Amino acid sequence: MSISIQQLAAFSPLLIVDLSVIVVMLAIAWRRCHKMTAGLSIIGLIAAILSLFFVSGEIPAHLTSLLQVDGFTLFYSGLVLIAGLATCIFGYSWLKEHQDNKDEFYLLVLISTGGAILLACANHIATLFLGIELVSLPLFGLVGYVFQQKPSLEASIKYMLLSAGASAFMLFGMALLYADTGSLSFAGIASGLSQGVAQQPLLLVGIGMLLVGICFKLSLAPFHLWTPDVYQGAPAPVATFLATSSKIAIFAVLVRIFIEAPLIDLPSVKLVLSVIAIASILFGNFMAVSQTNIKRLLGYSSIAHLGYLLIVLVAIKDRQLAIETTGVYLVGYLFASLGSFGAVSLLSSPNRGQDVEEISDYRGLFKRRPLIAVVMSLMMLSLAGIPMTLGFIGKFYVLAVAMQGSLWWLSAAVVVGSAIGLYYYLRVAISVFLPSLNSHVADVVETSGFSTKAGALVLLVSAAVVVILGVYPQPLIDCVLFAKPW
Amino acid sequence: MLLPWLILLPFIGGLLCWQSERFSRALPRWIAVLSMVLTLLLSLMMWGQGHFSLAMPQGIPQWQSEFILPWIPRFGISFHFALDGLSLLMVVLTAFLGLLSIVCSWNEVDKREGLFHLNLLWIVGGVMGVFLAIDMFLFFFFWEMMLIPMFFLIALWGHKGSDERTRIATAIKFFIYTQVSGLVMLVAIIGLVFVHYRATGVWTFDYNHLIGTKMSSPVAYLLMLGFFVAFAVKMPLIPLHGWLADAHAQSPTAGSVDLAGLLLKTAAYGLLRFVLPFFPHASAEFAPIAMWLGVISIFYGAWLAFSQTDIKRLIAYSSVSHMGFVMVAIYTGSQLAYQGAIVMMIAHGLSAAGLFILCGQLYERIGTRDMREMGGLWGRLRYMPGLSLFFAVASLGMPGTGNFVGEFMMLFGSYKVVPLITIISTFGVVFASVYSLVMIHRAYYGEAKSDAPLAVMSIREFSMILSLVVLLVLLGIFPQGVLETSHAAIANIQHYFMTASSLSITGTSTTGL
Repeated sequence: MSISIQQLAAFSPLLIVDLSVIVVMLAIAWRRCHKMTAGLSIIGLIAAILSLFFVSGEIPAHLTSLLQVDGFTLFYSGLVLIAGLATCIFGYSWLKEHQDNKDEFYLLVLISTGGAILLACANHIATLFLGIELVSLPLFGLVGYVFQQKPSLEASIKYMLLSAGASAFMLFGMALLYADTGSLSFAGIASGLSQGVAQQPLLLVGIGMLLVGICFKLSLAPFHLWTPDVYQGAPAPVATFLATSSKIAIFAVLVRIFIEAPLIDLPSVKLVLSVIAIASILFGNFMAVSQTNIKRLLGYSSIAHLGYLLIVLVAIKDRQLAIETTGVYLVGYLFASLGSFGAVSLLSSPNRGQDVEEISDYRGLFKRRPLIAVVMSLMMLSLAGIPMTLGFIGKFYVLAVAMQGSLWWLSAAVVVGSAIGLYYYLRVAISVFLPSLNSHVADVVETSGFSTKAGALVLLVSAAVVVILGVYPQPLIDCVLFAKPW
Repeated sequence: MLLPWLILLPFIGGLLCWQSERFSRALPRWIAVLSMVLTLLLSLMMWGQGHFSLAMPQGIPQWQSEFILPWIPRFGISFHFALDGLSLLMVVLTAFLGLLSIVCSWNEVDKREGLFHLNLLWIVGGVMGVFLAIDMFLFFFFWEMMLIPMFFLIALWGHKGSDERTRIATAIKFFIYTQVSGLVMLVAIIGLVFVHYRATGVWTFDYNHLIGTKMSSPVAYLLMLGFFVAFAVKMPLIPLHGWLADAHAQSPTAGSVDLAGLLLKTAAYGLLRFVLPFFPHASAEFAPIAMWLGVISIFYGAWLAFSQTDIKRLIAYSSVSHMGFVMVAIYTGSQLAYQGAIVMMIAHGLSAAGLFILCGQLYERIGTRDMREMGGLWGRLRYMPGLSLFFAVASLGMPGTGNFVGEFMMLFGSYKVVPLITIISTFGVVFASVYSLVMIHRAYYGEAKSDAPLAVMSIREFSMILSLVVLLVLLGIFPQGVLETSHAAIANIQHYFMTASSLSITGTSTTGL
């Protein structure tokens, strides 16, 4: 099978990221220089983002039966690239005071981003698995990056063990699917599904195991137990990446599978997904209420958000609306997470022990660092889905999609979940404006300097995106309409 | 084209206030006052030019002024603002009370003045939006949006006498109550839009198009309930009133003025504007329940008010009782009662604002709101006790004040439709006089705790109160201007409700009630 230049050109975002992985690796081997490594990685990611615009003329393109590029791929590649870029920028200011090797951080982020783009291109179970592993493996290293600190190491080991277990489940599920349908491509499974009613039990077990693995990666209840610990233990920039890039990519591929193959027609799958969605929404929100650690809180809130998003899969019959909802919601989730985790990471530093992560540490922030305080509070409002923020548009879409599919229980769960969510989001949002309790100020990370400026710029951009698109979402909707997998 | 400026002026003014804090501490106040004065002038100008009294009701929505700009074409959502007599009255009330709320907190705020005025102005902007928006998405947008500044106002600049935990807990309680009921309304709005979409294939959130959407009666009933819950929480109707007294007790004076004067009115407005025309049949079916809830609110609110020791909580519960009357009137379908409800809303906005402002001034002087620690203030204060007495008797519906006109018209209009409920609610007026006079008695009469005279009212304080007194008396003596302005709008709303439901209303009134 010959591969033409045009086909390769269509995959340039993926290729550019892979290329920068190699370049960064060689550069580290040549000379350890934090500035250079960070610069190279950021240039590589920006080049990949820019290439998305050139590629948009080439779609749809297929590369063997494993990969394809279409609007959907480009859109979600863009999202994970933005997440990777923001992580590198936050990482730079955070790592500056790290005593150990700093350069491998960027390498791992780049590899994981490459895996995420691969997932967005995936058209085949093999690519799916490859992508998921490529996303997760570097994350083990990233989560344990400051292994000198016990929580980080603990989180890394926890994540690794559980993740390996989930991968095993997924592989077994894939094998069963293959045994049943005789194909590993999404299209092949789809056609197998529409014919093969005979061996349904085996097929169902296969689908179930696949879902277990994916739900684990998306930290949906009841496979969410690792989330709060890992979020808390992981360094703040890594938590940013964990919450955004990996989840967005994996959810994107899940949507592609569900659109391609009529899985939701199976009543048991529909029931299971509905239950998982409701459980995640309720459990994530309820557990977040009692948290005092902001990273744990955001971890639980991400469980709830993925739960809201799962409704899209249950209501995927209306493909158009489902795709739009996924896109709009994930963009809102991405920027709100970047903003909130970014704020945490800008205030923290690795050689001051733990990150600044107790909610009480955030009191008085408005006096000390008004920009970060306002962004933090804005992001909380967006996560809570208050009008004038992108989070509200996302919530509106989720409710619309649930209503369209007549999913009353799920709509009710969204309403109840948002109610509980308000309680803890508002607590954080208000705490930055309150006077600080103790006179010794917790964060004395330098406020000037290029690196913190760059980080602050990312925060500012996220805040601007959340507000502007929250008030005038039409450009985003146009953009999402372009991101069709068909 | 002037319409959006009613909303933009407060919003822009708020941002300017926030930034002007850098230059001077007093500057935000003046900017806030200036932008509210401009808004008020603009709304009065629209009243002058609108020729509202000339409009002949035609049974369809008639807008004196309209502004439309596409927003999210994907769903047929647009920035669609429109003004008719009903919204105009509410807009003028909003602008006036907004101005008062800024003037009344002139010396109350001692930290972050810029941010405080930003919040205050954005509340006004949000309420303006609610009264003007006729795109359902836009309406919901403003409906939820006005809560955020209110939340910050209570949490950050709330009652100085209570600790921060209480304030924040109260603010969050207020927010959750209103936000959740709002989400239920959002579900109902989306449901309504889907029903319309399935029937016509057109995505639209526009009031003018959604009105008259055909749907089966269970669906209509459910959707109507979705809207009703949101409005009942804001109104507030027993048993959804849990947030009100705490929110009033913890919020600054300006917040209370906005809360009682404006936010509560958005609920009654919403019922009139949206629930009745969208779901006339379902509303008629639901009317007895809503009216009885209103009756319960009248009495329960009055009893709760009577048993309070905190003067601000007393006033807060008295609004529950007053809004109960409005609730009954809205569901009668009688045009006279509707007109009465409008007058009552305005009069209650003015009198509650007056009472809350006086409360704030009293608190600044004696440092407590507990009526057990007051008593005998009549001798120690000039003017203020007399003015308080005026507002107290206004709120119990003394002839000569707007409240009397409102109550009288509401009861008169309702009697023809639901005699039993009307007779029962009339006794609510008796309870109103009990709690109003008890408040005056406890606070101002009796033995004085000390003889030291308290500070006299400043010109600013006095002129604020006096303007309210003048307006209330004016409304009581010459309500015709208000009635003529809202006539066409009210007649149209009543037309929807009555043509669809004359049967079921008379049916219930003869059999059950």
